[in-house]
Amino acid sequence: MAYDIQTWVSVAAFTGGGMAMGFGAIGAAIGEGYTAASANEAIGRNPGQSGDIFKSMLVGQAIAESASIFALVIALMLLFTSYPSHILSVPVLLGAGLCMGLGAIGSGVGSGFPAGAACKGMARQPAMSGRLTTNMLIGSAVCQTPAIFSLVVSFILLFTDFSANPISPTWAAILGAGISSGFGAIGSGLGGGLVAQASCEGISRQPLTATPVTNVMLLGQAVTQTTAIYALLVSFILMFKSFPATDALAPPMALLAAGICMGIGAIGPAVGEGFAGQGAVAWIARNEKYIADLTRSMLVGQAVAESTGIYSLVIALVLIFVV
Amino acid sequence: MIEGADIIKAAAFLGAGISMGVGAIGPGVGEGMAAAKACEAIGKNPKEAGLLTRTMLVGQAVSESTGIYSLVIALLLLFVV
Repeated sequence: MAYDIQTWVSVAAFTGGGMAMGFGAIGAAIGEGYTAASANEAIGRNPGQSGDIFKSMLVGQAIAESASIFALVIALMLLFTSYPSHILSVPVLLGAGLCMGLGAIGSGVGSGFPAGAACKGMARQPAMSGRLTTNMLIGSAVCQTPAIFSLVVSFILLFTDFSANPISPTWAAILGAGISSGFGAIGSGLGGGLVAQASCEGISRQPLTATPVTNVMLLGQAVTQTTAIYALLVSFILMFKSFPATDALAPPMALLAAGICMGIGAIGPAVGEGFAGQGAVAWIARNEKYIADLTRSMLVGQAVAESTGIYSLVIALVLIFVV
Repeated sequence: MIEGADIIKAAAFLGAGISMGVGAIGPGVGEGMAAAKACEAIGKNPKEAGLLTRTMLVGQAVSESTGIYSLVIALLLLFVV
């Protein structure tokens, strides 16, 4: 390299900052747009409730916005903080930017779904406004947890001193950690949002089922969050395990592949489990008598959907520890 | 021989492009959905057109905010860093 290290560190910082804010803006905007759309539909049906619906829309949009605020914070940190002039700062900055940028997508969109359903529900059942708002807040908060995982991984990447580690394969471990938590947050955010949306709609259609619907919503959302936790686990292992120095190409590629495997592999199961939870919660609201059967079916179905997520975790761990 | 400062500028421009380019996707989609539903609602209830339009604009403004963040980061990358 004819250029000094600081040049490459700056290159990585600006590219990472651009990616962080670019990707991070997608999800929140789509989710907030969906909420605004639902609020308009609701006000059209019941103009007398426009005050409550409007307020609900703004609160719901604020929660969806938080994911993109995390991305803005990471982008500003990448642009304006000075980082150690060590070659490992390059993958750190790229990894942190990618992690937070991608991680904000799912949570932003997902948090918009329950807010929209709450707005529509208030038009249908104004008396349940308080309960709908509470349910929307709980559901959206669970949706935000994958974005918080991504923020945590980004912060750890930015503030850990990697200078004592060998350059190869640590560069791949760092990038893999960012990719794992970045992609891994997308599915869980979306899936959690689908379940919360169904619960808000169910409570508005059948107010008497509010408590069982909320309970099953939390259960269903908890299952959708599991793949984001696997991705977080793989990120932590990649960041904190010390790898022996190597000159070969295969060991760093194995670590990068572990991050890609767990990150992208976490998307599908989470979204699928979200659909399952959505179906179960919607029909528990319509048919409370069969809550046991519906919950059992939801859990069995979600367990089968989880299977490929488990395969991804296994292959990622094999790539890290065995090969 | 490309200068080091040149490569930094190149990366800043690339980051600005990614930030604004990818960042424009979300607000576009979201505001479009809001507008579509507003039209549908006004079609079903024309008497409330004023209230519905106002709600749509406020909702679109919130969705726009993330696009503004991307614009700010892009401008910072172009002119400040």
